[in-house]
Amino acid sequence: MTETAKAITPEVITCPEEHVAIFEERRDQIHRIGEGDFSMACNRDSLAGAVSQRACVFCGSRVVLYPIADALHLVHGPIGCAAYTWDIRGSLSSGPELHRLSFSTDLQELDVVFGGEKKLAKALDELIPRYEPKAAFVYSTCIVGLIGDDLAAVCKAASARHGIPVIPVQSEGFKGNKREGYLAACKAMRTLVGTGDTSDISKLSVNIMGDFNLAGETWIIKDYLSRMGIQTVAGITGDGRVDDLRRAHGAGLNIVQCSGSTQDLAKMMRDDFGIPFLRVSWIGIEDVAESLYAIAEHFELTQPELAAGIMERTSKLVREELAVLMPQLKELRRDLEGKKAAVYVGGSFKAFSLVKAFRHLGMEVVIVGSQTGTEEDYRELAAICAPGTIVVDDANPLELSAFIKEKDVDVFVGGVKERPIAFKLGVGFCDHNHERKIALEGFVGMLNFAKEIHASVMSPIWQFVPRRELQNSAAPSNAGEEA
Amino acid sequence: MNDTTVLNHVAGRNVIDSPGNDYKGPSNVSTTNACKLCTPLGATLAFKGVENAVSFLHGSQGCATYMRRYIISHFREPMDIASSALGEKNAIYGGGPNLKKGLLNAMQKYGAGVIGVATTCLTETIGDDVARLLIEFREEFKDLPLAHLVHVSTPSYSGTHMDGFHGAVKAIADQLCVEKAPANSRVNLFSGMVSPADIRHLKEIVRGFGVEPILLPDYSETLDAPALLEYENIPSGGTSVADIRAMSGARASIELGRAISTQDTAGTSLAERFNTPLFRLGLPMGIRETDALFAALKSITGFEAPRDLLLERGRYIDSLVDGHKYVSGLKAVVYGEEDLCIGLTSFLAEIGVKPVLVATGAKNRNLAAHIEAACGSVLREMPIIREGADFFDIVEEAKTLAPDLLVGHSKGQRAAREWNIPLLRVGFPIHDRFGGQRLLHLGYRGAQSLFDRLVNLVLEKKQNDSDIGYGYL
Repeated sequence: MTETAKAITPEVITCPEEHVAIFEERRDQIHRIGEGDFSMACNRDSLAGAVSQRACVFCGSRVVLYPIADALHLVHGPIGCAAYTWDIRGSLSSGPELHRLSFSTDLQELDVVFGGEKKLAKALDELIPRYEPKAAFVYSTCIVGLIGDDLAAVCKAASARHGIPVIPVQSEGFKGNKREGYLAACKAMRTLVGTGDTSDISKLSVNIMGDFNLAGETWIIKDYLSRMGIQTVAGITGDGRVDDLRRAHGAGLNIVQCSGSTQDLAKMMRDDFGIPFLRVSWIGIEDVAESLYAIAEHFELTQPELAAGIMERTSKLVREELAVLMPQLKELRRDLEGKKAAVYVGGSFKAFSLVKAFRHLGMEVVIVGSQTGTEEDYRELAAICAPGTIVVDDANPLELSAFIKEKDVDVFVGGVKERPIAFKLGVGFCDHNHERKIALEGFVGMLNFAKEIHASVMSPIWQFVPRRELQNSAAPSNAGEEA
Repeated sequence: MNDTTVLNHVAGRNVIDSPGNDYKGPSNVSTTNACKLCTPLGATLAFKGVENAVSFLHGSQGCATYMRRYIISHFREPMDIASSALGEKNAIYGGGPNLKKGLLNAMQKYGAGVIGVATTCLTETIGDDVARLLIEFREEFKDLPLAHLVHVSTPSYSGTHMDGFHGAVKAIADQLCVEKAPANSRVNLFSGMVSPADIRHLKEIVRGFGVEPILLPDYSETLDAPALLEYENIPSGGTSVADIRAMSGARASIELGRAISTQDTAGTSLAERFNTPLFRLGLPMGIRETDALFAALKSITGFEAPRDLLLERGRYIDSLVDGHKYVSGLKAVVYGEEDLCIGLTSFLAEIGVKPVLVATGAKNRNLAAHIEAACGSVLREMPIIREGADFFDIVEEAKTLAPDLLVGHSKGQRAAREWNIPLLRVGFPIHDRFGGQRLLHLGYRGAQSLFDRLVNLVLEKKQNDSDIGYGYL
């Protein structure tokens, strides 16, 4: 076992507290802007024993497909994978809510020994007539990958019996990280695309991709597009429907946010149906405006007659929204000016937009990272952040807590797993993850974001937190306090 | 609340009633909205109650992350679970190297004194022999000052999180308490999966009898920590290894939970190996089950119960007199972990609430017999008992019973909302309310807290549903 032994020496084990929080093997996944040439290792397997904030392949597939509200989502595996993803996201539906239920084959020891195919088939026969879904997604988990159930065959037979698409999702947890899960989800959705009627779809139309309608965010974007004169064919997958996916190939353009999650599907649709795609972001101010203008520009160029007046409509929209937003932001900014923020999110696109969004609050992002960014993503991030900013891939609690202390940030933007780290250090927090119940996209989302940050950072409670108490007592005190 | 909702309510329970329903209990192959969690989750919680310990999952990265998220949402505290983060190659060639590397990393960076390794369905299925791997590990790195390693087999396809919890507690006793310690005056207390507030109260109760308990596992501080100056990689608190070793010299062991009373546990292990007398009791919920704990402590220590705790008993009974009519005859559906269900049913029966359905996701727990034994004559009519139930089963069955309230964790919220009846939130997880880690269920004080909350839920509904909105209730 010399390979595992070489990283460790007796001194390290006996004096852990003197050792900094960064694992030797992870040094090249962290970059401090301005210190040496930019270079970062990414998309690497998480380090054993390091408490990565990442999840697994199954998680990647599950989050992407989750908001498809009229599909049955059946997890083929032991109970945990389904239990931990029951009603987990803030994805809203304007109609059916089948996605908010949790279905599992709850594999038992005997199933593991003799195979779970029969149980899966029976489960589908039970659930499909009960809920009459438009389609069923069947997720593979670690165990299914090992016992060798032929998911595709069971799904095909069930599909023939019930007359709806029953789609296997090859999401065995151990076969990579979240990114592989995104790809498996895209492959599953691809089987639906192209099977529906597109005759009533305008050429001036889009699919909203990589947005999950958390707190109704897809509806905000849909409203902007409709004010620009653009039809939305499918939310992929925000407020998602099986029939919308079936006819998504009728759209004139795919607009793709959260590049990791649905860009694979956008590429497939480009290659198979010739639908171009644009990368967009619905977070912040510039990014939202630029995204809307880019969409308008695309249609002005490709459909000049149909799209006549689209640029005017778009700039009117942006002006109207900013006229409401900016005065309110100014108010909030007065208190926030000069404060420092840390950002650690799932996808790197969001990190970009948040760095820019914080500038509108007069705040600086001093730590930025993601679970699944690429080296190119981080290079671009490093280019827009100030020297000294820490850029990190696939971080863990030890690193994050050390960075928060070092940079003395005022607020942390992340998900549920990061929240207690920030709170234990007496630092404000904003949930920007998939559990959020407050819309943070679009111009109205920027205002909500600013309010969220303000509400946390400006709370009087921080003065009582031990770390702040110490800092405050060390600061020059008012006259007469000390002899 | 709009008029329609009120009308629906005033019109009675026709929304819930479906006379044609001939539902006969769980018979589905599929599981819809599970009423249980997977086995390793319980083990990671138990390991969290050992001092200077890191919980470690031998499996793919997702298991650790999902469980962390689930547990953090309840406790609102850091819950680090290290993982061997197995990939595809490891699944083929074995997870040993990653396990060893992960253990070294957890020791190095966390400075862990104890690492509790639980397996997952992945590593159980590929056949990793963790016991052997740990022996190899100790041999390979014998020159280093290694952490204590405890391992428990927790395949997710067998049992529930409660099996993982009890299994881990037994593993800690079996693997860390291996020699007969000098006789001491202490009492071992295996509380089962209860809240940090419950653990703190149990310690107070035992101390009231003049002895210091060894409570295992004790996550009352690690999962409910104060705000601190420095971030602690491993939170302070937990049962120390020295205390775990001293268990074999203790005066007696008390193990809480009727449903585990036929299993091999930490308590039986100590009794067999060290002749430590074992008292097996129900979770001390309500008057009689708490009285039983007090009686056991009296017989072990020879001391009388302290006056303050007896005063709490007296006040609780006084409050039952004051409040009994608000809840008398209400029909309740109880669901959740087997032992919590037994304790709750006993508590409810004592206060005049009628449990009509008691359901757990676990199987083969002999729930009916345990409920009968715990409730005795206060239960006038046995409720329907369901094991291996999910929320589809519970809801379908409850529909025919027209309950007035639900008692269980957060996951019953949808049904309570649909039927417009109160949900008394207890146990784990509390994902849609604040302060789940501070909920007190045990002892006279816990009963008082449950009773106050229950009466107020009933009053609140009465007031909200009323057209008049009385100011005195």
